[in-house]
Amino acid sequence: MGTLACGKVHIMEYVISVLLSGISVGGQYALIAIGYTLVYGILRLINFAHGDVFMVAGLLGIYLTATLPIPVSLPLVIVFTVLLGFTIERAAYKPLREAPRMSVMISAIGVSYLLQNTATYVTGGQPMTYPTIPFLSDTVNVAGTQTKWVVIITPFLVLILVTFLTMLINRTKVGMAMRAVSKDFETSRLMGIRINSVISVTFIIGSALAAVGSTLFFTNYPAITPMAGAMPGLKAFVAAVFGGIGSIPGAVIGAFIIGICETIIKGLPSNWDVSVFSDAFTFALLIVILAFKPQGLFGEAAADKV
Amino acid sequence: MGEQAVKNALHIENVTMQFGGVVSVNNLTLDVPEHKIIALIGPNGAGKTTAFNCITGVYQPTNGLIEFMGKPMVRNFPKGKILKNYLGENAGKYKDLPVIAPTPDEITFLGIARTFQNIRLWKSMTVFENVLTAKHMRAKQNVFSATFRGNLSEEKRMREETMALLSEQGLDEYKDELATSLPYGLQRRLEIARALATDPKLLLLDEPAAGMNPQETLELADFVRTIREKYDLTVFLIEHHMDLVMNISDYIYVIDFGSEIARGLPQEIQSNEKVIEAYLGVSDEK
Amino acid sequence: MTTTKKNNLPTILVIAGLLIFVIILENIRSVFPFLPQIFDPMSPLFTVLKKAAVYSLVAVSMNLLNGFTGLFSLGQAGFMLLGAYTYAILTVPAELKDQVYYLFGGCAFQFSFVDFFKGIFGATGVPGAISMVLGCLIALILAGCVAGFFAFLIGFPVLRLKSDYLAIATLGFAEILRAIFQWQRLGPITNGANMIKGFPTFSSFNITDGSGRVVLQLSTFVPFLITTVCVVIIVLLINSSYGRAFKSIRDDEIASEAMGIKLFSHKMLSFVISSFFAGVGGGLFAMYVANAQAKAFTSTMTYEILLIVVIGGIGSVSGSIIATFLYVACSEWWLRFLDSEQYIGGFKVPLLRNGFRMVVFSVVIMIIVLFFSKGIMGSREIDLNSLFVKKDKKKGQK
Repeated sequence: MGTLACGKVHIMEYVISVLLSGISVGGQYALIAIGYTLVYGILRLINFAHGDVFMVAGLLGIYLTATLPIPVSLPLVIVFTVLLGFTIERAAYKPLREAPRMSVMISAIGVSYLLQNTATYVTGGQPMTYPTIPFLSDTVNVAGTQTKWVVIITPFLVLILVTFLTMLINRTKVGMAMRAVSKDFETSRLMGIRINSVISVTFIIGSALAAVGSTLFFTNYPAITPMAGAMPGLKAFVAAVFGGIGSIPGAVIGAFIIGICETIIKGLPSNWDVSVFSDAFTFALLIVILAFKPQGLFGEAAADKV
Repeated sequence: MGEQAVKNALHIENVTMQFGGVVSVNNLTLDVPEHKIIALIGPNGAGKTTAFNCITGVYQPTNGLIEFMGKPMVRNFPKGKILKNYLGENAGKYKDLPVIAPTPDEITFLGIARTFQNIRLWKSMTVFENVLTAKHMRAKQNVFSATFRGNLSEEKRMREETMALLSEQGLDEYKDELATSLPYGLQRRLEIARALATDPKLLLLDEPAAGMNPQETLELADFVRTIREKYDLTVFLIEHHMDLVMNISDYIYVIDFGSEIARGLPQEIQSNEKVIEAYLGVSDEK
Repeated sequence: MTTTKKNNLPTILVIAGLLIFVIILENIRSVFPFLPQIFDPMSPLFTVLKKAAVYSLVAVSMNLLNGFTGLFSLGQAGFMLLGAYTYAILTVPAELKDQVYYLFGGCAFQFSFVDFFKGIFGATGVPGAISMVLGCLIALILAGCVAGFFAFLIGFPVLRLKSDYLAIATLGFAEILRAIFQWQRLGPITNGANMIKGFPTFSSFNITDGSGRVVLQLSTFVPFLITTVCVVIIVLLINSSYGRAFKSIRDDEIASEAMGIKLFSHKMLSFVISSFFAGVGGGLFAMYVANAQAKAFTSTMTYEILLIVVIGGIGSVSGSIIATFLYVACSEWWLRFLDSEQYIGGFKVPLLRNGFRMVVFSVVIMIIVLFFSKGIMGSREIDLNSLFVKKDKKKGQK
């Protein structure tokens, strides 16, 4: 508690900096969480590999910016990540469409394992430093707190992307098909909706958002290791469950809440020794949610048929 | 029927099952006297299986009382938000009595066994194991005695009884085959054998003749009568197959859109205008 | 004809023979020193055997839950962690505690089972050995009990969840446990994020003479023995009335409930028993690596065990065991060469460098998951009895 007692000015600064970085981390989780929530909504699959796709996007960012100018390399990161997401779906999930749900989940875990091990092989297991991206990494002074531009930009970028995505889902034909498939997989198939293309679109959107998220996340992060995607991935999934799986606004709000809570825990005085719980907190939240309100904040309660 | 003289195995009173704004079973009241074969019939979607699910604890009825062997087994009344949207009748009739909501396994333990409309055998198990596993509920054992084989005599008894049940059903030659590899008619028989393995007093059969050919249906009728005698059972069945229903039922209840439209002896039902309209009317119009 | 009297003697003989074979194998080079290096107790062969013995137990315990009861749980690493710490904390000798817990000014918990029994039986010679064996055994059983007890507590909120939510919730619990055990405030008990060392390991079971020279190697035999006993118990459970009830739940919950099987209590039973053995497995794992440290028990460990179970065949105990030995042998020994540069003649084999082994491994796993989803054994078992019985029958027919 000692560190807090340094006067009002410091407390204000402290609160602002925690809030700022909390919102920013939350925004980055939100971009990953949308990928989870869309895929779960349609396939009822926890795509364990999604966090690792996010990690690979980070690595792609490192390798591509090293050889190409940034205006070319960043769009290329998105393109390659989308290709990866699409390929994973086609190669590892599509063949198991008729298999039990457990098999698909095991396949997802297998893909996650493969991506992590390949990343270890390619990087030699060394932590890789994310390149400094002009502007994003520049510092800015907000209400007396030094921070990076990326922190300021993230929430706005998230809001723009989410608005765009919501319009896509509510106004376009593809969006309508996505909503139909998530309501009833079998009937949609019978109604002539091309299930496989809808699923591919879902994975493409999810991967593209994860790629954007990776640029924002890793700019503010010291290094990328092959395991760097696992934890943000799981947290983003929890955010999706928290908000109500299948609901995009739910996933975004859930992600912001988790991001802020996590930064608060990390920012607590170091002599409390509670920073080890910043990850565990998320899971505790998950279990509380699942026990008391399994449909999440904005999800619909599903009725079971016998 | 002399209603006062006969003891009821099952007594259903004002049972209503409402899902959202849909009333699947509406104020159903009926009796299943001991040692009788009673049928519940009605067109597709009339709410027959829902009624079964209320009796077996799969659903908790929104309102009503179900008594088994003279004792209240299930009781509920609509309250709060559900009461506000309640479309059924007798909303306040049970509100001063405690709610009773047993789980399906507790109801089975009381002595009600069922079969399923869409056969639900345990697919990785053999015919023998399917019946043997249904004996688990009443076995005198705990996990330690079972693991360390301290229950040998109990296990032996279960196996012998299982074998006896299978022989009686003519299933003994298939005992080591996977349950799901049997022909359809035999799978239905196996489901009945499995239900009998739980030592029931009341047997609920959900469309036992579905998918059977006329010959098999005829055999089934005899078979249901035989097991009723042998195990001193009461049988309550849902059926589409009119021949079978008219052949074996002592008394018939007819429902449509969740509500009772007729009750009576088979010959009375056969000539009942309302039933013909609801049930057979569709085919007349063709 | 209803119950053919089963003769289990062949199975017992095969298992006993296997255990004796392990003892012979690890001591053979001390009798015949001219044998190749591979028979040296320090060779990769024995590392693989020990690790595989430990992992088989964990894989079988996971199969009990995921394969036989159909509950997709990913909490195995968490329960192993509980077992490892329980074992370690209960067996570090009192005289080593100050040294191990030096960052926290000694351990808050001075008790050690090994010391306790040494106080009763004596500290040296045969009584000392008995004390250590007894101490370790009780600590291992308690390791299982602690894991089982936590499973019991966790089970209430978690076991009511559907398949994938159950998976993520159990995974979450494992992560929470990992954080708690790394918490500095619990340092006097858990040694914070540092490892606990100094407790009896597998090599403590080697029999030495007065000068400390090993007379009889038992360090591979011990994990084999413990795993065998545990697996036999699990197999007995699976083949019992309760095992059938578990399988029925896996096949069709609704039918099971309608046949009077109490869903929740049977799921709980399977969860607690599986966690008990995962806890014992965790204790064995601590003995194998000679330390207990929370950061080893990550979700990656759970995934690894899950993949072993899948490779062996979900719902097959013998499959899990075979898969464990293959998996461990490949990752620790046979495929090691993939991780370093190799030359065939003057030609440098491409791609080979650190990390390649795991890439090959994950590709193989994906192939199995996608194209051979039944794994090695499917849901079949190797019946040790029938190896002999069938032959007898044929003889009889002739």
